[in-house]
Amino acid sequence: MRAPLSWLRELVQLPADITTTQIADRWTRAGLNVERIESTGGDVSGPVVIGRVLSLVEEPQKNGKTIRWCRVDVGPQFNEPATADEPAGRGIVCGASNFKVGDHVVVALPGAVLPGDFAIAARKTYGHVSDGMICAEDELGLGSDHAGIMVLPEVLDGRPLVLGDDALDVLKARDEVIEADITPDTGYCLSMRGLARETAQAFGVGFTDPYSSPVPPETSSGHPVLVDDPSGCSLFTATTVTGIDPHRPSPSWLVRRLEASGMRSISLVVDITNYVMLESGQPLHAYDGDSLQGAIVVRRAREGETLTTLDDVTRDLRVGDDLLICDDSGPIGLAGVMGGATTEVTASTTTVVLEAATFDAVTIARAFRAHKLPSEASKRFERGVDPALAWAAGQRAAALMAELAGGTVSAAATIVGGPRAMPAQRISADLPATILGADIGHDEVMEVLRASGCEVEVIGSELRVVPPTWRGDLVDPYDYVEEVGRKVGFERIGSVLPVATSGRGLPSGQRGRRTVGRAAADAGFVELITLPFVSDDELTRLGLPEGDPRLSAVKLQNPLSDAQPYLRTTLLGGLMTAVGRNTSRGQDDLALFEIGSVFHQRGDAVAAPMPSVSARPSEHDIAALDAALPDQPRMLAAIVTGQWRAAGWRGPAVPADWTHVAALAEAVAASVGLRLVRRNAEHAPWHPGRCAELLVDGAVIGHVGELHPEVARAWGLPERPAALELDLDALLAAAPGPGEVAPLRTAMVAKEDVALIVDESVAASDVRDALVEGAGDLLDSVRLFDVYRSEQVGQGKKSLAFALKLRGAATLTDAEAAEARDRAVAVAVERFGAVHRA
Amino acid sequence: MSGPNTNYDPVQVTPLKADQIEAMVAEALAAIDGASTTDELKAVRLAHVGEKSPLALANREIGALPPQARKDAGQRMGRARSTVNQAITARQAELARAELTARLASERIDMTLPVEQHPEGAIHPLTAMMDMMSDVFLNLGWEVAEGPELEAEWLNFDALNTGPDHPARGLTDTIFVEPLANHILMRTQTSPVQARTLLTRDLPVYVVCPGKVYRADEYDATHLPVFHQLEGLVVDRGISMAHLKGTLDHLARSLFGDISTRLRPHYFPFTEPSAEIDLECFVCHGASVGNPDRPCRTCRSEGWIEWGGCGVVNPRVLIAAGVDPDVYSGIAFGMGIDRTVMFRNNASDLRDFVEGDIRFSRSLLGGAR
Repeated sequence: MRAPLSWLRELVQLPADITTTQIADRWTRAGLNVERIESTGGDVSGPVVIGRVLSLVEEPQKNGKTIRWCRVDVGPQFNEPATADEPAGRGIVCGASNFKVGDHVVVALPGAVLPGDFAIAARKTYGHVSDGMICAEDELGLGSDHAGIMVLPEVLDGRPLVLGDDALDVLKARDEVIEADITPDTGYCLSMRGLARETAQAFGVGFTDPYSSPVPPETSSGHPVLVDDPSGCSLFTATTVTGIDPHRPSPSWLVRRLEASGMRSISLVVDITNYVMLESGQPLHAYDGDSLQGAIVVRRAREGETLTTLDDVTRDLRVGDDLLICDDSGPIGLAGVMGGATTEVTASTTTVVLEAATFDAVTIARAFRAHKLPSEASKRFERGVDPALAWAAGQRAAALMAELAGGTVSAAATIVGGPRAMPAQRISADLPATILGADIGHDEVMEVLRASGCEVEVIGSELRVVPPTWRGDLVDPYDYVEEVGRKVGFERIGSVLPVATSGRGLPSGQRGRRTVGRAAADAGFVELITLPFVSDDELTRLGLPEGDPRLSAVKLQNPLSDAQPYLRTTLLGGLMTAVGRNTSRGQDDLALFEIGSVFHQRGDAVAAPMPSVSARPSEHDIAALDAALPDQPRMLAAIVTGQWRAAGWRGPAVPADWTHVAALAEAVAASVGLRLVRRNAEHAPWHPGRCAELLVDGAVIGHVGELHPEVARAWGLPERPAALELDLDALLAAAPGPGEVAPLRTAMVAKEDVALIVDESVAASDVRDALVEGAGDLLDSVRLFDVYRSEQVGQGKKSLAFALKLRGAATLTDAEAAEARDRAVAVAVERFGAVHRA
Repeated sequence: MSGPNTNYDPVQVTPLKADQIEAMVAEALAAIDGASTTDELKAVRLAHVGEKSPLALANREIGALPPQARKDAGQRMGRARSTVNQAITARQAELARAELTARLASERIDMTLPVEQHPEGAIHPLTAMMDMMSDVFLNLGWEVAEGPELEAEWLNFDALNTGPDHPARGLTDTIFVEPLANHILMRTQTSPVQARTLLTRDLPVYVVCPGKVYRADEYDATHLPVFHQLEGLVVDRGISMAHLKGTLDHLARSLFGDISTRLRPHYFPFTEPSAEIDLECFVCHGASVGNPDRPCRTCRSEGWIEWGGCGVVNPRVLIAAGVDPDVYSGIAFGMGIDRTVMFRNNASDLRDFVEGDIRFSRSLLGGAR
C-alpha cells in the first residue's frame, strides 16, 4: 500500500513537527512494515511560482514558428517593477499557444532547477530577454503531458490562487509517499482511512472517520437489485448518478493522488471510484446506467456461461463457484474481481449505477486465483472489507461525481442485506500480559482495545470485547493479545531464556550423518548440495535397465521447469552435472560427495488424509499420513575424476579411480563403527566388470566402482570416472551399539606368508575370508600384499599373496604357526581349488 | 697373561719404568688428538688401549714385579690407562657431536615445498552452519528433530492453521506431487516437523528442526527454490513471548557476538502474535544509519538485518495436535540458514550454494566460522 503523506495528514491531524520518518518508524513498530519512502516533486528547486498572464503578443518567426512574448504577474515579491510601457511583472517568451490573457500558469523563474538538472536563467531569445519559463506538466515532473503549458483554475481545491505562491505546494505536487507491506490480517490498512486510524492511535491524536455513516435499512427504491446468494454477498448497495458530463477531465489533484498511490488515471468516473477505494478500502464499481438491461442479479455461475472482462479477455466461468453480477443480458461482472465490457463506463456515459457491496472473502480469493486476475478490488476483498462500509463509500463516490462531474445523485437507492454483527469474545484481562511476557495492566489493555475501536466490557476478571466492523481479524483471544502487543510495542516484551527440560539431544541418525559427512571431508571429498529436480533425459542418460526402481521417479504436478518434472532417485545425476560445471570452470581434479534424500514413487500410491483441525487426528489418520508418503531415503554419493594426486616433487600423478571411492565407503562406514563387505557385482550405471556391491550384515546397501563408459560419455565426463552411492539410512541403522573391547594378547607374533594361485574369477575377498575362517582363533591379522600374474602362474590364473600374523595366548612354536597356516590354506584349497605356492 | 714371576730379572721389568709409561701415554694422547673421525678414533682406541696395545702389554707385567715394586707400578699404570681412556671418551663425544652437526647440515631440505597429500575435502558451508546453529540449542538441552522433505499437505498447512484458501497453498507458491488429490507436497517450511513433534512427543517439548524446504520461487542471486531453515518450537506451561525474545537473543549472541534482536509485528497463520526477527547489525551496530561516510554492506546501512519469523504458537495449532491451550502455551521461530550464511560470511549469490562449484564449498575451509 502506497500512502501519500499529504492525504494522510488530511485525514489525521498530526502535529507539523512529526516527520515522515517518525511516522514510518511507528508504522513499522505497529506491524505496517515500511518498505520505502519516496518523494515526488523533490527534484524541483528554486522559485517555481503561480503567475497570471497579463498580456501576450504573437510574433511569427522566420522558421515558421510563432512565439508569444508575454508579460506575467508572478506576485509582488518576484515581479520586476512597472515601467512606463509595462506593468509590474516579468517578460517571458513562450512557444505554447494554449493559454490566454488572464490565465493562471506556473512560472519557473531564474534560479529554479527543474527535473533533469534543467537550470532556468534569464536568456536572450527571439529578440527578447526571457526572464523565466512558463511550464508544462512534464517539465515539472508532474506527469507526462506536454500538450501545452499548465493552465490552472482561479480557485483550486476551494482556495483562490495567490500569485507568487510556491506552485508545487499549491498543486500538492511536493509530497512524500510511504510504501508499506500490509500483512493479510490487516486488510483494513489497505486504505488511507485504516492507515490514518493506526497513525492517530500511534501518536495519540484524535481521528474522525469520514466513513462512519451507518448502513440504512434495506430499500429497493433505486436500481432494482436481486441478491440470489447472500452467503457470497452480504450487502449490496446501488446508487444512481445522472447527468454526468462525460467530457470533464479528472482534476490534477485527483490524478496526482492516484498516481502517487500507484494507480493510473482512466476517466473521471473510474478515477473517483478508485480514489474512494484507496481512501476507504471499499472497492466500488460504476456501471454505465444506459447499458444495464433490467435488474442487477448477484448469483453463482451457471453451465456454459462466459464473461468478457474489462481487459477484453473472454473467460469461462466456474459453475456454482464464480460469483457473478448479472442483468437481463447475462453476466456483466465477476463480483469483487473485475467488471464486464458490456456495461463499462465509456466516454459517452452520462448515467452511472454505482455498486458498493460486501463480497465473501473466500469466494473472491478463489475466483481471482482461478482466473489469474489479481486486482486492487480482489486484493481488498480477499483480506476482508469492512462489512458496514459499503453505503458510506458509495455515497462519498456519488457526491464526488456530483461535485467533479456535474452529476446529480438520485435520492432513490437500493440496499440489499446489511452489515454483519461482529463476534464478541471473552478474554482474561491478564492474558495479554501473560502471553506477551510484559507488564501490562488491565486498564492499559482496555485503553488500547478501545482506541482500536473495540467495545470493551469488564465482567469480573474477564473482558467481553466486540471488535469494530473493520477488524474482522479480531476473533480469537490471542488475536487480542497481538493487538495489545503491537499497540503497546513489542519493545515492552522482556528477554528471558527458558530453561529446557532435558531433551534427547541430537538423534542418532543426525549424529551419524554429521560423523559421516566429516569423515568424507577428512578423506578428501568436497560436499555439495544440488537441486533434486530431474528431467526425462537425465533419467535416460543414467542407462538404467527397464524395471529399475530408480526409473520410478516421483512426478511433480507443478514443476519449476517443465523440462524437469521429476524428483531424483539417485544423487549421481546431480554430482555428474556438478563435475561438468567444475570442469568447465577449469577444475578437473574432483572428489565430490553429497548427502541428501532421493525419492521413489510408490507402486501403491494412496492419498494422504486431510483430517479435521478441530482436534488431534486419530492414530489411524496419523499413521496414514506417514504411510502415504513416498520412500525418501537419505543417500550418500561420491564421484572422483581427474587426478587424485597431482604430479609433484614427491612423485608422479595418481589418477583418481575406483579405489578412492571404495576407500571412502570404508572410511565412512568405519566412522560409525561398521566394516563394509565388498562383493563383485554388475549394477547400472557402473562398468559391469568394475562394480562392487556394498554389504552390511548381509544386506546390500550400495554400490561402488568405475562408471559405465557410455554413462560417462552421455554426461560429458572425463575418462574413467568412479562413483559410490549408498543408502545412508540403512548404513546408520546398522551401526553397532557400544561395541566390545577384546582382551589384548601379548604373546609374540608369528608371521606366515602364503601365495595362492586361483582362477581370475575368484574374488580376493573370498579367498581372504577362507583364510580367516581356516586360521581360526589364532589369526591376528591378514593382509593381501601382492597380486601376481605370469606364464608360470598360468593362463586365466592369478597368484594372491597374503601376510598372516598369528598369535596365541602363549607364544606359538614354529610348528604351531605352520599348522595354523596350513589349516587356513586348506580351506582356500578346498573352496577355490587354490594351489599353494610354497 | 703371565703368572706371578718368582724368578724375576729386574732388567726385564724396565718397561714399567715411569718415563717409558709416560711416553706411551704421550703417544696415545697424540694419536687421540689426531683422530678426525669416530672411525679413526676407533682404530686409535684399538692401538693404544686394545688388548695388544703397549699399555695393555705393560700392564700384564705388573705381576712380574717384585712385591715391593708392584704397588707403585700398578698406580702408575692405572693413572696412565685412565688418562688415555678419558681422552678417548672426550674425543669420542667431541667427534660424534661434530659428525652429527655435519650430518644435520647435509640433510637440510626446503620445508616450504607443497605438502598436500590428498585432495582438500570440505563440508558445505550450509551443513556447517546448520550444525553450528543446532549446537547452540543442544547446549541448552533442546532436542534436534527432523522430518521428511516430501510431506503430507495436512501437516504442512492444515495442522499449522493455514486454511485451504491460504494463498501459500496455491500452485504458484507450493510444489505438489502429482496427482494433487493425493495431498503430498514438497514441504515449504520445516514447520511440519513441529506438528509431527507435537503429535508424537510428550510435553513439554524444546526442539529445533533444521532442514531443506522448497518453494515455487525464482532462481536468481537472491532466490532459490530450495533453501534451508532452522525452526524452533517450545511448548510448556507458562511460556511467553519474553521467552521467545530471550531465546533469539541467545542464538544471536552465540552466532554474532554481543548484539540484540528486535521483534517487529507481522503475520503468520501458525503464530499469534507473530513477529519478524531483526538482528542488530553485527558489523556496524547501527553506526552506518544516516551516515553516508560509513556505509555498511552487511545491513545496507539500515542497522538491522531481517533474519526470520517468530511468534507465540497459535492455539489453533495446539488444538489440531491435541494439546490443551488452556494449560500449555508455545513459542516458535524460524530463520533461513542460507540467509544466515549469506550475511554472516558475505556470500553474495545464492546460486553458488547449489551449483556445486568446489570453490564455494571450500571457501570457509570446511567450517562455519
